[in-house]
Amino acid sequence: MSDIKKFMYINRKAPYGTIYAWESLEVVLIGAAFEQDVSLAFMDDGVFQLTKGQDTKGIGMKNFSPTYSALGDYEINKIYVEKESLEERGLTLDDLQHLVWEDEDEDYAEKDSIRLVSRAELADVLAGQDVLFNF
Amino acid sequence: MKLTIQINEGPYQHQSSDTAYFFIKAALEKGHEIFRVFFYHDGVHNGTRLTTPPQDDRHIVNRWSELAQEHNLDMVLCVAAAQRRGLVDDGEAQRNGKDATNIAPGFRISGLGQLIEGGIQSDRLVVFGD
Repeated sequence: MSDIKKFMYINRKAPYGTIYAWESLEVVLIGAAFEQDVSLAFMDDGVFQLTKGQDTKGIGMKNFSPTYSALGDYEINKIYVEKESLEERGLTLDDLQHLVWEDEDEDYAEKDSIRLVSRAELADVLAGQDVLFNF
Repeated sequence: MKLTIQINEGPYQHQSSDTAYFFIKAALEKGHEIFRVFFYHDGVHNGTRLTTPPQDDRHIVNRWSELAQEHNLDMVLCVAAAQRRGLVDDGEAQRNGKDATNIAPGFRISGLGQLIEGGIQSDRLVVFGD
């Protein structure tokens, strides 16, 4: 077994109704220090976690959505979003934050982190992982 | 096989910790190794020794403590999740100026790195929760 494993964090819940989304992000950020091959997937209501323009003032909770835009700095740049989950909720990619990372090998060119995949494609991605965290 | 177990739900509210308990017992009986049991989210409530269920019900916390002692299990409560939910050991009480502790025997409080390490070191990470 090689030292580097493929870690996948699956996010399936809306951001503020429960704490799963925020505490998942905390695992992702701590885990980034372990230099594994990290991916994130957003499916079901989890796609709401990435929506832009979140405003939590009315519910007295911390708006943690800006943290997602920092993931690129942690070399986390494989963010899979399930197409059907977006469609079922009347969302498109335009409703989500534009997440990017800088590719050191190409003179720090900005590249998209979000990969829109179908349910079937996501199943293949999940099958290829070593460690699945389910939040 | 070497296993790390993650438990994400509190006791009694949710079946997860019961299922995880029986899974771990069965795995040990089959000769598998439990590298670590990591309690996250409301799962940290599995580690309070102040729990007092009705006498005719199972005592989930004591059951964990006994299993840990019997098999020398490493049972870890996530520190960030524990701080939010008021799970306190001596070190945490001192650091955060609390006047009491409530951690049950066999549990310790540590960081999320322990979960990641479990994922790296084990053959399987098995997650119990919603």
